[in-house]
Amino acid sequence: MTETHTPTGPADPPAPGPGAGSRARGARVGTGRRADRGARGARSARRTPGAPRRTPVGSRWAPYALVAPFFLFFGAFGVFPLAATAWTSLHRVELTAPAEAEWVGLHNYARLLDDAFFWNALVNTAVIGVLSTVPQLLLALGVAHLLDVRLRGRGLFRVVALAPYATSVAAATLVFALFYGRDNGMANWALGVAGLAPVDWQNGPWASKLAVSSIVVWRWTGYNALIYLAAMQTVPRELYEAAALDGASRWRQFLHVTLPGLRPAILFTVLVSTIGATQLFGEPLLFGSGAGASGGADHQFQTLGLYLYEQGWVNLHLGRAAAIAWAMLVILVVLFGAARLLRGVHARGLLARGAFTRRAFARGKRAS
Amino acid sequence: MGSRRRNGPVVVLALALLLGATLSGGCATDPAPPPGAGVPAREPVDGSGRRITLTVGVFGTFGLQEAGLYDTYMRLHPDIAVRQTSLTRNDVYYPQLLTHLTAGSGLADVQAVEVGNIAEVLATQTGRLDALGSAPGVDPSAFLPWKWAQGTAPDGRTLALGTDIGPQAVCYRKDLFARAGLPTERGAVGRLWAGDWRKYLAAGVRYRERAPKGTAFTDSASGVMAAVTGSAALRYYDERGELIVAVNPAVREAWNLAAAFARQGLTARLQQFTPGWDQAFANGVFATVACPAWMLGYIQDKAGPAGRGRWDVAAAPRPGNWGGSFLVVPSAGRHRAEAARLAAWLTAPAQQAVLFERRGSFPSASAAYALPSVADARHPYFGDAPVGEIFAAAARGVPRAPVGPKDALVAQTLADVGMLQVDQTGRSPESAWKAAMKAIDNALDR
Repeated sequence: MTETHTPTGPADPPAPGPGAGSRARGARVGTGRRADRGARGARSARRTPGAPRRTPVGSRWAPYALVAPFFLFFGAFGVFPLAATAWTSLHRVELTAPAEAEWVGLHNYARLLDDAFFWNALVNTAVIGVLSTVPQLLLALGVAHLLDVRLRGRGLFRVVALAPYATSVAAATLVFALFYGRDNGMANWALGVAGLAPVDWQNGPWASKLAVSSIVVWRWTGYNALIYLAAMQTVPRELYEAAALDGASRWRQFLHVTLPGLRPAILFTVLVSTIGATQLFGEPLLFGSGAGASGGADHQFQTLGLYLYEQGWVNLHLGRAAAIAWAMLVILVVLFGAARLLRGVHARGLLARGAFTRRAFARGKRAS
Repeated sequence: MGSRRRNGPVVVLALALLLGATLSGGCATDPAPPPGAGVPAREPVDGSGRRITLTVGVFGTFGLQEAGLYDTYMRLHPDIAVRQTSLTRNDVYYPQLLTHLTAGSGLADVQAVEVGNIAEVLATQTGRLDALGSAPGVDPSAFLPWKWAQGTAPDGRTLALGTDIGPQAVCYRKDLFARAGLPTERGAVGRLWAGDWRKYLAAGVRYRERAPKGTAFTDSASGVMAAVTGSAALRYYDERGELIVAVNPAVREAWNLAAAFARQGLTARLQQFTPGWDQAFANGVFATVACPAWMLGYIQDKAGPAGRGRWDVAAAPRPGNWGGSFLVVPSAGRHRAEAARLAAWLTAPAQQAVLFERRGSFPSASAAYALPSVADARHPYFGDAPVGEIFAAAARGVPRAPVGPKDALVAQTLADVGMLQVDQTGRSPESAWKAAMKAIDNALDR
């Protein structure tokens, strides 16, 4: 397998010397495709003798040189950290002595299974994720629809909608932490004015999750609204005219013209928000003001990102932190894989419902 | 709770940078690069020739720069320039210090270490730090014996020189005490609870009977617990370095006493070093707080001008210590001899006295206690309380409790996971204790 991926691939220009030798070796172990490649190489080799002097030597490598920076950076900042994290996750590594890694195999992953703090963080992440993503995207849709209407000072409204996104998460969260203060916070003051009992926003298992979610919603709604707005403006106006001629109300136009037009944008925002929700870190960290990375006294708003940070940089267990990081990646992959599968099943189901039900029927019969 | 100076907002950028920096550093298996790799290359040159630039890495507002000690040193040594790098929070500073030490780069010539981390640094970084015990200008007998012992590694070499300590007193509001019918003169207040923390609880119960509306006796149960544990002869580790937090009766006693404060409604149910706590100082919500010497400046800052003349300082029931720091000299530094001399000078009694006079950090060098700037020190904000005398007495009485590698983590978990729930959510002390023990076991990977 690795042999076929040596640098002397199909795109490699033919060159005499050691390269040719390795190609010959490749042809020996290679398959039919590989042989074909060799033939192509020979053909181009036949072409080259005519023009070796006219092409500067560098031009042959120029395309590689031009794309190299991307691959170098991707390798250094994309692949290497990923691989290093995977390696770390298979070892017992402490920040006090990162060079002394003790191989533990999958132990760090196995222990996650009965790590109550990990499951707590996973549930918190999911709950906060739903509590923040769903309202955020619905609100964004509404805001985008309003901004799409021709009105005076549209530009100003758009800037206002985007302002939270431009605010630093630290500043915003610190203000929210004050807003949700138990004794002197504005939220409780407002509840008091409305005649309701004050809420302990830090300690309440649901209240704290709601509070953290509200920061996320506040911060990201405008950003998503702008994406929706851009997509809305690409929907052909004739469609609306046609729909109006057919007697569709504004609401039906929104449902049957706007929403289908927004499908790619909605998919994109759902994807990005899901990734963001899985990695949520800054908001819960800062919302807990003094309490480090525990995410509240009872870990009631400790997300996976926060638990990872706590294990790595507070408890100094790099191996365990790395395992959590990889678990987060796996969760995302599984989530998106499941979504794709569902969509696939859905599509196939529409196309060949008969076959599908027949198979299901057969399975059911076998089971009984 | 060993962590001090948790003041100031978290700088998320710093965290992000740290995450990035430490990930690559933490995963690398490279051996230590050549010594001095991380020392800034640029050195100012003055007319007389080359000057050496020494950097000092600290966390929080450490005070050395603010007290003008670097300026004095540079005046005394024209060939030396001193620069400081600072991170706001120790929980950001410390992991970074560890990565820099293990990588052997990015280090300052002199680095500060908090007492909650000192045992871990000495146990795991022994080979990466220079011995300072016999550095020129260091006099072991000038320091409190327990502080000197904390800076000495298991192999007997002293690698860390003490800067300040946190001897405890109780800061109290005279006006609230008067309205509750308690004595207000600091001697009489000290006698209220002298010798026993349970008398402090009894005073709280007395206060509650006639408490001014909207006020509580003390700020938080966690604060009480930190103070009581700080006066115990054994805390989380025994002399052999075994973790005994789960079985040490002194810790359990402190826990039960602090829980009693919470259960009897004597606390304002606050969490220390959070915005709510800061506001409570300004609003005068509680009448007492167990205060190490370094907290006085914090109280003055948060309570503001309105609190002037209302606060006072009385002796704590038993002498104890909470917090304090050390200076170490990494072996990877380029100017190790000069750095050792600077560290020795900064921690010498005379300079510690200056630091106390200007910044309120109490000297760990007991030789400084006889100097007039400490012995006769009074704090104008706290009703001219003789703070030098009060804290020196407390410092001399602090038991020589061994500190363990995870002291800071254990203390923080007990306070922020365990006692905080008893105080703020009404969780039963028994169940919260179990939660804290479980969190400690998980954090310590046991």
